[in-house]
Amino acid sequence: MSNLFNSMLGWVDKRFPLSSNWKAHLSEYYAPKNFNFWYFFGSLALLVLVNQLITGIFLTMNYKPDASMAFASVEYIMRDVDYGWLIRYMHSTGASMFFVVVYLHMFRGMMYGSYRKPRELLWLVGMAIFFVLMSLAFTGYILPWGQMSYWGAQVIVSMFGAIPMVGETLQQWLLGDFTLSDAALNRFFAYHVVTLPLVLLVLVFVHILALHETGSNNPDGVEIKENKNAATGIPVDGIPFHPYYTVKDIVGVVVFLFVFCGIIFFAPEMGGYFLEYNNFIPANTLQTPDHIAPVWYFTPYYSMLRAVTVNFLGIDAKLWGVILMAGSVVIFCFLPWLDRSPVKSIRYKGPYFKIALGLFVISFFVLGWLGTKSPTPLYTLLAQIFTVIYFAFFILMPLYSKIDKTKPEPKRLKE
Amino acid sequence: MKKTVNLVLIAIFSVVSLSAYGSESGIPLDKAPVNIDDNASLQRGAESFVNYCLTCHGASYMRYNRHRDIGFSNEDIMNKLVHTGQKSGDLMLSSMRKKEGEEWFGVVPPDLSVIARSRGADWLYTYLRTFYRDEGTATGWNNLTFDRAAMPHVLYQLQGEQKLVVKTGDKGEQKSLVLDKAGQLNSAEYDKFVGDLVNYLVYLGEPHANERKDLGIKVMLFLLGMFVLSYFLKKEYWKDIH
Amino acid sequence: MADSFSINERMSGRRKFLVAATSVAGGVAGAAIATPFLLSMMPSERAKAAGAPVEVDISKLEPGMLLMVEWRGKVVWVLNRTPEMLESLVKVEGNLADPNSEKKQQPEYAKNRTRSIKPEILVTEGVCTHLGCSPVFRKDIAPADLGPDWQGGFFCPCHGSKFDLAGRVFKSVPAPTNMVVPPHTYLSDSRLLIGSESEGSV
Repeated sequence: MSNLFNSMLGWVDKRFPLSSNWKAHLSEYYAPKNFNFWYFFGSLALLVLVNQLITGIFLTMNYKPDASMAFASVEYIMRDVDYGWLIRYMHSTGASMFFVVVYLHMFRGMMYGSYRKPRELLWLVGMAIFFVLMSLAFTGYILPWGQMSYWGAQVIVSMFGAIPMVGETLQQWLLGDFTLSDAALNRFFAYHVVTLPLVLLVLVFVHILALHETGSNNPDGVEIKENKNAATGIPVDGIPFHPYYTVKDIVGVVVFLFVFCGIIFFAPEMGGYFLEYNNFIPANTLQTPDHIAPVWYFTPYYSMLRAVTVNFLGIDAKLWGVILMAGSVVIFCFLPWLDRSPVKSIRYKGPYFKIALGLFVISFFVLGWLGTKSPTPLYTLLAQIFTVIYFAFFILMPLYSKIDKTKPEPKRLKE
Repeated sequence: MKKTVNLVLIAIFSVVSLSAYGSESGIPLDKAPVNIDDNASLQRGAESFVNYCLTCHGASYMRYNRHRDIGFSNEDIMNKLVHTGQKSGDLMLSSMRKKEGEEWFGVVPPDLSVIARSRGADWLYTYLRTFYRDEGTATGWNNLTFDRAAMPHVLYQLQGEQKLVVKTGDKGEQKSLVLDKAGQLNSAEYDKFVGDLVNYLVYLGEPHANERKDLGIKVMLFLLGMFVLSYFLKKEYWKDIH
Repeated sequence: MADSFSINERMSGRRKFLVAATSVAGGVAGAAIATPFLLSMMPSERAKAAGAPVEVDISKLEPGMLLMVEWRGKVVWVLNRTPEMLESLVKVEGNLADPNSEKKQQPEYAKNRTRSIKPEILVTEGVCTHLGCSPVFRKDIAPADLGPDWQGGFFCPCHGSKFDLAGRVFKSVPAPTNMVVPPHTYLSDSRLLIGSESEGSV
């Protein structure tokens, strides 16, 4: 039996680098042995990606990207297709859980300095994945063609109209019409099911290749490759990813599935955060719902969009809002060069960084919460304050990370 | 037992369910007596729905034969629900045409398939009980929950006619409704009637909800077993690491 | 390559057991997850409703006339056969591949020479058993193109298969079997129900 297996493997290996890749990326990829809770989210993101791809394919079998049929086809999936409801809830819950997992994954990177040299490119590819993910979420949310799909898309697309000179033309080009209509639904469907998933898959592949080139960071921020066993060339503090992290990740996957399935089976609307109530009303091009809010994962940026209420520097408030909103996401890309601290990990960084990161997290949550509310003067003021804090975290980083009082980074991982 | 597990799981996973349904006039909503395990209530609601609502509103994503779920037999479905020469596999379409609806009410009466998912059960329960006589509107009816609703009070023969009483106290205007002309049902009977109807609308919004929860319990139990196995597997391998 | 997970001698019994048990549980989970996805590809409730039995009024179907009915997206023929047509069934029997309808292409109640419940009324799917084309009804006797022996029947223009007026296939044609008789029943003398054998499942 094992002889047969070995000879078959030998046959394949002469023609395709199967064993060598298995070794390079799993059984002889050495990962630091001190990964903690925060290191589950990379593999979980991969799991959710697979979930989205498979459920997505099955949804396309019954969904109709036609403004007059889209809403009904979703209800058709929910009622008339065997287990269509399950597949649809897996996809809608998966969309939100994708962001949960990716936000935690990004936060891990910020805590432990995973964006720092030599992993700048890894971080940038990760940011590209995040942009594609946002586009996927946006185009996907349009597809059910409910009130929130319609008016949410209307707001986002109108932002392009804020761009000086070309705005209006660009907007019409994006929509393929003078208003949001069937033409846009049809092309957003094409982006959602073909273009963006393809780009996403390529980027994820590049992300993993880049990771395995530099090796994984860890909670101590120590480069384990700098300390290798002289005889074997294996990092002293490294352990093979497979089987040690595969068995560990299986536990993480099961715990994650517990939450994931809990939502799917017992609270698929998640109190209106994962599936918004107003999206159970078919799109009505003549009537905006009383209260429109994006899905929770976009609300922090949405708050910043609304926070600017005055024109300054000769640019009007609308355009400033758009600039801030775009800036709030793009600014993550500059982290590798904004952080001037001599150490990577929060464990050895000083109080300034810890306070700054804490304030940043608070502002992210407050902005997110504000984004779900109708704007009042008080809420707008709050949004303005926390927008400033949000940006200050990044803009002041070169300063506070440099003067911060750090502890010396150890040479080896601490037990 | 199964129900308790269900309730606990629902409670755990709806911790963030803080966001409220919108209520235009902001009057406090009464809690609807929703229990989609109560087939008798759902069956009463289904019959009321077909008799009172389906004339103007459709439930055009729902098939008659799906009502097997709530304990109706094929004969029940044909006799009690399907009225006009339709087949049991047909969708529950409204007999009124869209154009007529627009002429009669100014708006096309919305499809009610997923109305409970957009409005919420409590809103519907309150709305259907707060109609009052108002000569200032086109239909002669108004609603405390939904001011100037286009829909007339279809159930007035059952509930009777209410009128609006406005008291000006130290807290500002206080609006309340009093029964002016009695209907065929007393107040408790009418509440029960509307309760059954709203319960049915909740079922109608997601006919698979019970199946979903039942399957969910099995999945959770499996995951529990899987957790034990994978946890010990991890511990076993990690003995190697010092 | 499979050294670190495959069960081997160097492993402790406990580890062997845990790897095996987790793999089995994982396999069960995989199969369980695949099930709803595969089931979702079965005909939906809409398809089932559209495929519901069809009621046909045959009171105006004159002898010799063919009525086409749609059931489950397929054409179903209802043919009222004249006495001459019924006689032709006997004449052609020597040239048929399965004159006694031994192959299960019809319900039990239509396993007879006329392949029908009432002798004169033929109910059959108008689908050639070769590759699914719809044959042409040719009631003309001995036409030039079909030869002097032709007693009337169905001719498939796609690949030349021939069937008699009971939908029975001739020898030496591409089609392997007689045409399919769908389940059907008479609700009354003139009301025919296609697709079901009882009224209850309408």
